[in-house]
Amino acid sequence: MDHPLDGTVVKKDFPLLGDLRPDGSPLVYLDSASSAQKPQSVLDAMDDLYCTSYANVHRGVYRLGVEATDRYEGARRTVARFIGAPHEREVIFTKNVTEAMNLVARTWGAANLGAGDVVVLSDMEHHANIVPWLMLAESVGIELRWIGLTDDYQLDLSNLDQLVDGAKLVSVTAMSNVLGSITDVRTIADAAHSAGALCMVDAAQWVPHLPTDVVAMDCDFLGFTGHKVLGPTGIGVLWARSEILDAMPAFLGGGEMIRDVRKDGWTVNELPWKFEAGTPPIAEAVGLAAGIEYLETLGMDRVRAHEVDLTAYALDTLTARFGDTLTIHGPSDLSARGGVLSLALDEVHPHDISQVLDQHGVCVRAGHHCAKPLMRELGVGATARASLYVYNDRSDVDALADALAATVEFFTL
Amino acid sequence: MPGLEDLYREIILDHYRNPRNRGELPVPPAHRTEGFNPLCGDEVVVFLELTDGKVTDVRIAGQGCSISQSSASMMSSAVKGLSIEEVARLTRAFKDMMSIHESSLEGADADSEAESELEEIELGDLEALRGVVKFPVRIKCATLSWNTLSQAIEDTLADS
Repeated sequence: MDHPLDGTVVKKDFPLLGDLRPDGSPLVYLDSASSAQKPQSVLDAMDDLYCTSYANVHRGVYRLGVEATDRYEGARRTVARFIGAPHEREVIFTKNVTEAMNLVARTWGAANLGAGDVVVLSDMEHHANIVPWLMLAESVGIELRWIGLTDDYQLDLSNLDQLVDGAKLVSVTAMSNVLGSITDVRTIADAAHSAGALCMVDAAQWVPHLPTDVVAMDCDFLGFTGHKVLGPTGIGVLWARSEILDAMPAFLGGGEMIRDVRKDGWTVNELPWKFEAGTPPIAEAVGLAAGIEYLETLGMDRVRAHEVDLTAYALDTLTARFGDTLTIHGPSDLSARGGVLSLALDEVHPHDISQVLDQHGVCVRAGHHCAKPLMRELGVGATARASLYVYNDRSDVDALADALAATVEFFTL
Repeated sequence: MPGLEDLYREIILDHYRNPRNRGELPVPPAHRTEGFNPLCGDEVVVFLELTDGKVTDVRIAGQGCSISQSSASMMSSAVKGLSIEEVARLTRAFKDMMSIHESSLEGADADSEAESELEEIELGDLEALRGVVKFPVRIKCATLSWNTLSQAIEDTLADS
């Protein structure tokens, strides 16, 4: 492997992450699991599209429209390369990962699931991979089963074969947005396939942090969101095997997704446009591709190594300073976790932690992190979550520890 | 930037550490109503006993941050023994302090009649929560228990 990635150097590529805010206050951004900051190259790529090559895509014969289309479809190629998709046409641009999951539930689900059919989820899913299935439970009566947790915050796969027996779909997160736990997707996909089920992966927290290879994962659907991969908001990705996408009904109806429309009917366009009704997020796709290219330049193996190193430093630092008074909900095994630190202090509620941290410029997210069933399993209402990314360094972790110490001091005076 | 002492007044921390009227009441005769802050997962459960249009007893359960829990504690102390009408007035005065009051301080057009009505209402300990308006994200924490109480009164009246 090349020399290790240096978060302090990477940070310089992100305009918002200067040492001070415009009002002179400090900024320590530790909420990338919620949304990542953007490097200058992403802003430049979007600006450049609007300044030099913007028009609607797949419409104009004129050169400008062709240029915009080339950039939009070029972004699709970049995404396909980044996740190891065998075919570009398998990459569908959506609004975000939530829309990707809903697309599958509404189209594949509607065509393939009926009363009593089983969908297997896990206890550490984000609401985006729960509510679409609860909706199908209400509307057509599908049955949900849940993969539980081990004592070390991993998915308990000891009864996996039993859980997936007779299931039509297994849909799990690749990395928990609350615990940082990394899922053994391949084992789950293999079990699903043995049982005749398909496997969907919510990779919103995986794709930004680890090398992605949909073929190695052997999943059937994979979704992620653009703004966590250094891209803009308003764009996400659904990848699925083309034979599955071909067999699925269309999602939204409108322009772009049709081959022909008559007063008495319509025929559907080919992949991927079949699932991209209306004018798509063009500049957002270009921005996402620029974010991905930035990560490719860093190298995803180095990104992962950096985050393992920084997570180890954070766990050591926080444990040394706060001992048992600070609970960190997440796996102890570094190889099985990402840089998500869900914190709970004995005496101080996570909201109050986050409030005091903000006074020190430290941004963490407090709350249930859109994973209420998981919070109930953990027996907590909320956690304060610090999450690490490419632009974080040890000084950010130190600032977190100092601000936490100030929090304890403030509330125990 | 407003300071922490604007938000976390000593009396708030006291109610947080030593919440008043914490617990449950047998249902019935009491009514149980849950309130959620969907943003953060804070949860307040109000057990309300109304007799002849008066709050004869109230208990608070649930979990949440210092602001939501202290607000619930102060509320429980403030409304015990009040009539439904008095609770409604106090609720309005409290919510005004949480929102409208701030803009009127800044010289926006104040409804003088409503203003004078508000001034007559004794907020007592609840005044300590005034600083919350400087932290807009936390206003929902402070009003959660009050909204839940209003719902509890509605539910109780609907049932009787």
